[in-house]
Amino acid sequence: MTHPLSLTINGESYTLLVEPYCSLLDMLRDELQLTGTKKGCDEGDCGACTVLMNGKTVTSCMVLALDARDKEITTVEGLRQGNTLHPVQAAFVQYGGVQCGFCTPGLIMSGVGLLLENPRPTEEEVRFAIGGNLCRCTGYAKVVQAILKAAETMQAQAS
Amino acid sequence: MNRFEYREAQTVQEAVEMMRQEEGARIVAGATDVLIRWRQGAWKPRYVLNIKRIKGLDEVSYSPDSGLSLGTLATIRTLERHPHIQEHYPALAQAATAFAGVQIRNLATVGGNVCNASPAGDTLPALLAYGAECRIAGPEGERLVPLEQFCLGPGQTALQPAELLVALRLPPPPPRAGALYIKHSPRSTMDIATVGVASVISLAAQPGVCQEVKIALGAVAPTVVRATAAEALLRGQSVDTERLQQAAQAAAQTANPIDDIRGTAAHRRAVVAPLVQRTLHYAVQMAQGSRLPFQMQRGLAVEAVF
Repeated sequence: MTHPLSLTINGESYTLLVEPYCSLLDMLRDELQLTGTKKGCDEGDCGACTVLMNGKTVTSCMVLALDARDKEITTVEGLRQGNTLHPVQAAFVQYGGVQCGFCTPGLIMSGVGLLLENPRPTEEEVRFAIGGNLCRCTGYAKVVQAILKAAETMQAQAS
Repeated sequence: MNRFEYREAQTVQEAVEMMRQEEGARIVAGATDVLIRWRQGAWKPRYVLNIKRIKGLDEVSYSPDSGLSLGTLATIRTLERHPHIQEHYPALAQAATAFAGVQIRNLATVGGNVCNASPAGDTLPALLAYGAECRIAGPEGERLVPLEQFCLGPGQTALQPAELLVALRLPPPPPRAGALYIKHSPRSTMDIATVGVASVISLAAQPGVCQEVKIALGAVAPTVVRATAAEALLRGQSVDTERLQQAAQAAAQTANPIDDIRGTAAHRRAVVAPLVQRTLHYAVQMAQGSRLPFQMQRGLAVEAVF
């Protein structure tokens, strides 16, 4: 039996009917066609489905959609401002943090989540923050560099 | 995968009443274990009972007189970052940093980790070494069960039908105390422990003498276990290197591990003594007043190949 669910996704209010066993990930992808969030393992191990829930990173495959009631979700589609990429997105492009691209939305969300909590992370803190995101292409070095550069950009913009 | 129904409780009483009236519930909080078991087909709940909307169940409070109370819904991320936990129950904060990855720590709850009753659960050795008690609500009211009597086997707990773990209570830390958790694991994140050890020691007023010590071993027996013989070798004794070594050897005798994908029983048995030795070494240093920054404790707490 479906249940009504109201929540905010990328700043827009949604009300829809979902099944009790539907994950937040499946709801985003299959009901709302927000396919930027990827399904890798569907067991919380790979981080490809990372989104922000009330400003904190979570693996959306491990969240029941109904548990997201009244919460604010941000997916990779919600990061850009108009036609301008979020600084973390821009840095991934500029510093080559993307190869095949499948893990990229999740890594970007983990980077954004880290910088919300800690605007000036050390390299160690960046590596610690992305420990829950698997990437089999990049070797992580350029991903780490991109997040550190994004932090610098955001600091410069803020001052 | 079976299709389950969905219920929510607004109060503890309501949750207990719902479970009493209708069988086949699986409580969900962080859901990070439940959804995996359900997708594997291992758990087939008739309905999931979401307790996350129960107000106050995520509260963390500390006072020097009564110790620490952790609401069952306190997240692992909260344990990791809470200043009182970092200061007074460092092994618990260290264990939280060694737990999965940030995204899972933001969801997973301490109550869920305890009720999952995995011998490798990262919070369990620290909770056991700090003498945690489980506050349980049920149809007959509330009861307190020491954590040692709560975990009965892998996935087996002392919870009776329609009962719910509502909080964990840890006694106040003694003066001159130190503690370290070390997780030995193939990977530094997103993996469970091959062996986990938490040691909590407090020193007597007389310098260098152990007043009280608790050593808890994870992933080497059907439940997390105390190494009581090792503890007895230390209590009232001076904590020199030789004595710590003897205790570590004694702790290894307590281990009763199995072979699995993360290591053979022999490997696990061989790892226990050095891990116990190291946890005691640093715990003694902390108890003697060495201020190890939390970043450093976090580094010590994970021992991984990758």
